[in-house]
Amino acid sequence: MESLNSTLLWLSAIVTFWVNFLPDSEGQGWLYDKTPVVVRDTFPATFGIGRAATPVEIARLDIDVRPDGKGLPPGEGKPTVGKLIFAQKCAACHGVGGVGGPNESLVTTASEGTKKRPEKTVGNYWPYATTVFDYIRRAMPFSEPGSLTNEEVYNLTAYLLTANGIIDEKAVINAQTLFVPDDWKGGPEIK
Amino acid sequence: MKKILRLNQLTTKLSRRAMLGGAATAAVAIVQTAQGKSVQGSISVAELLPDDPTKRVGTLAGEVGTRSSFEKLVKKPSEISSRSPLQDFYGIITPSDLHFERHHAGVPVIDPAKHELLIHGLVDKPLVFTIADLKRFPSVSRIAFLECSGNFRTGKETMSPQDICGLTSQSEWTGVKLATLFREVGVKPSASWFLAEGGDAAVMTRSIPVKKGWDDAIIAYAQNGEALRPEQGYPVRLFLPGWEGNTNVKWLRRIELGDAPWHTREETSKYTENVKGGKIRQFSFDMDARSIITFPAYPKTVEKGWIEIRGIAWSGRGKVARVEVSTDAGKSWQLATLQDPILDKAHTGFRYLWHWNGADTEIMSRVTDETGYIQPTFTQLIEARGSDGGYHFNPITAWQIKSDGRVLNRPER
Repeated sequence: MESLNSTLLWLSAIVTFWVNFLPDSEGQGWLYDKTPVVVRDTFPATFGIGRAATPVEIARLDIDVRPDGKGLPPGEGKPTVGKLIFAQKCAACHGVGGVGGPNESLVTTASEGTKKRPEKTVGNYWPYATTVFDYIRRAMPFSEPGSLTNEEVYNLTAYLLTANGIIDEKAVINAQTLFVPDDWKGGPEIK
Repeated sequence: MKKILRLNQLTTKLSRRAMLGGAATAAVAIVQTAQGKSVQGSISVAELLPDDPTKRVGTLAGEVGTRSSFEKLVKKPSEISSRSPLQDFYGIITPSDLHFERHHAGVPVIDPAKHELLIHGLVDKPLVFTIADLKRFPSVSRIAFLECSGNFRTGKETMSPQDICGLTSQSEWTGVKLATLFREVGVKPSASWFLAEGGDAAVMTRSIPVKKGWDDAIIAYAQNGEALRPEQGYPVRLFLPGWEGNTNVKWLRRIELGDAPWHTREETSKYTENVKGGKIRQFSFDMDARSIITFPAYPKTVEKGWIEIRGIAWSGRGKVARVEVSTDAGKSWQLATLQDPILDKAHTGFRYLWHWNGADTEIMSRVTDETGYIQPTFTQLIEARGSDGGYHFNPITAWQIKSDGRVLNRPER
């Protein structure tokens, strides 16, 4: 009896299989419910998730500086003062006078320009002075990131620009002369 | 005899300890002593490795699985990065603990309960999202590669795929579409770029075109089914499919919408490359198509006869269209078989069955992506760039097969 039961169960399973999975008339696969699934992804205008940011907390985090000067804090810097700060807080990594340190030179010397692969520095490669300010303020010195006052950052920036021979607005290397944006959209050409 | 109740941790110093001649510790486990007391104790290789595994009950179920102590997969760290062991992988998903690392001031420790993402600038409503907030939004997952754009090294025969281009890895990334958050804050039509800022000590920033944010950017909080690894930006990172690794800002704390790029340090003094005419290319976001044979490759050796050549290919501009393999130093090329799934902007496996007659030769692969771009040779790249290295260098990589079975990199310079 048990054996018969078992056999019936198997038969039933096989019949069920064939009923549910007959090849379709187009011979493209097995029959299944082809009713299209209607996607009703109702995206509301707003989920109402998140809280409003206050002007104070935005100001606390918004430390970036753009090439047009947007974001620069009030203040000014003097190369002579920056030179002293540099010797104290930066020279260990970037070398005395910003040349030849273990973590990249920042100042280009005359002899560097004659090399096959001159080291990229603020003087020969950085297109914007604002980037110098922004980066020093957010990430330097490496061992004490974000520890400098705005005034110290202005002084250091002034020093690096002077040391690289970039004086005033007359000798500025800018994006228009050095950098080109990538406008490649793919295709066979090697670029 | 100690009864092993739970295996906790495998040490990686197995071989060194074994060489020192002491009792080699293979694992730290919860064990039951002869008196029936459960204690934490070390287990030697001998205890874990019976002559006949069918005659000994194994370790009981544990809380966290571990890699077999016989498998020695390790990343290769330098001072600034750590490279994935591409030659040790068999599939397209990189185990999360072996995903390459690149960061600019170390891996921060961030409490997810305190971390927030601020979106402000050219938006209708500046908003702050907690990690819990981000997880409430509709989510999205996709499998895609992530590659550092400074991912080419050469110069020695004894270099493995890990050494040459180990700064590429692949995961399933899960998070909320940035487009969803853009709608929530109401990005103004005048916004054309956004700044992504990390919450690490580098407070790293990159400018990204807003279009990418609408297209397919993900604010990712998960990787391969679990929370991001700390090295990958825990608790939240920007993920930009197909774009150079550096733009995928980790430990994301702020997004500012603006009408011009910021020209940050990373996108001016770094992550720019020479092009013809003495200019320097900037904002080169897309990763060019690339492939590499990961077997056979140094340091493996081969035997005469049938060899299945295996590798991965990928493109930041779409799907892999085909991969060709040469076994005669580039004189002729044969189509390799692509392994499903062939996904958009994803590492794709390829295989080519080769009968090696035992003579010296060179083998190499080249990929063509769906835009028609064919992976170039090193010489072609130098011609196009006017420099012999730098960012976005993706040349064909050749392996020398020596008659004694050694497989060596063919240095390009």
